[in-house]
Amino acid sequence: MKRTIFALSGAGLIAIAGAAWATPGPTDPQIAHIAYTADSIDVAAGTQALAKSHNPKVREFAEEMVRDHTAVNDKALALVKKLGVTPQPNPTSAGLQSQATAERAKLAKLSGAAFDKAYVANEVAYHKTVNGALEQTLIPSAQNGELKSLLQTGLKLFQEHQAHAEQLAGGLR
Amino acid sequence: MVFSTARRRAPILAIGAALALAACGPNHAPAPAVHTVVIDQLAFSPKATTANVGDVVVWVNKDILRHSATDPSGAFDVDLPAGATGKTVLKQAGSIKYACRYHPGMTGTISVAEKG
Repeated sequence: MKRTIFALSGAGLIAIAGAAWATPGPTDPQIAHIAYTADSIDVAAGTQALAKSHNPKVREFAEEMVRDHTAVNDKALALVKKLGVTPQPNPTSAGLQSQATAERAKLAKLSGAAFDKAYVANEVAYHKTVNGALEQTLIPSAQNGELKSLLQTGLKLFQEHQAHAEQLAGGLR
Repeated sequence: MVFSTARRRAPILAIGAALALAACGPNHAPAPAVHTVVIDQLAFSPKATTANVGDVVVWVNKDILRHSATDPSGAFDVDLPAGATGKTVLKQAGSIKYACRYHPGMTGTISVAEKG
């Protein structure tokens, strides 16, 4: 039964920014990899902020990011294990990862208020991007009900984080 | 004054109607009502709760995330790890606007009236 759920053909590339492609959407194993990568990126960004920032509000936010995204990833790992799915690397997750690595390198050179501002601004932009991908591509493409539901929770979470980041960015100006 | 209709098996609700309760054995104070607020997908539900002083709010966190139910004025601060439940006894009348300390966008209200 579960096997049929994942028996999708064609590893269509997806456009993270939401451009419409005529190719089929990502498969569940690809979606799982994208979601896991997206969460891991934000955990890494939060960890970097906790190592560099001295602003209590920024630190509180970073702790929230690490805590929430770790929780979602733990759940995602448990789910793929339960479903017998192996997350499949794909160009979208690779793209997310290389962008994030570049951003982290950029942030590593900053400190103090400049770091705080840049970190929070990037968090706003990053959550916006991931929200768009979740809404337009990942959730509609997900075939398995439990995966879809986890992505929906992820979307609520990313929306809340985006709002929190925006509020924080307003205070740092 | 509000009389609760004397439903069988619910004499505890019949505040102020003790005379009608002769068959119910020894008097005891009206039991506090329990209001359940569920957290699911980063939202409190119901978002607005109406209660009396002495009532209890039971918080049920169905999310996979850690939350809290926190009154910024300090009346309560309940930590709610993923899947946890918590309890708050409402001790004072007033209007409370609470939030999750971790997710400031998650908010709710409780309006607490004096008993009777």
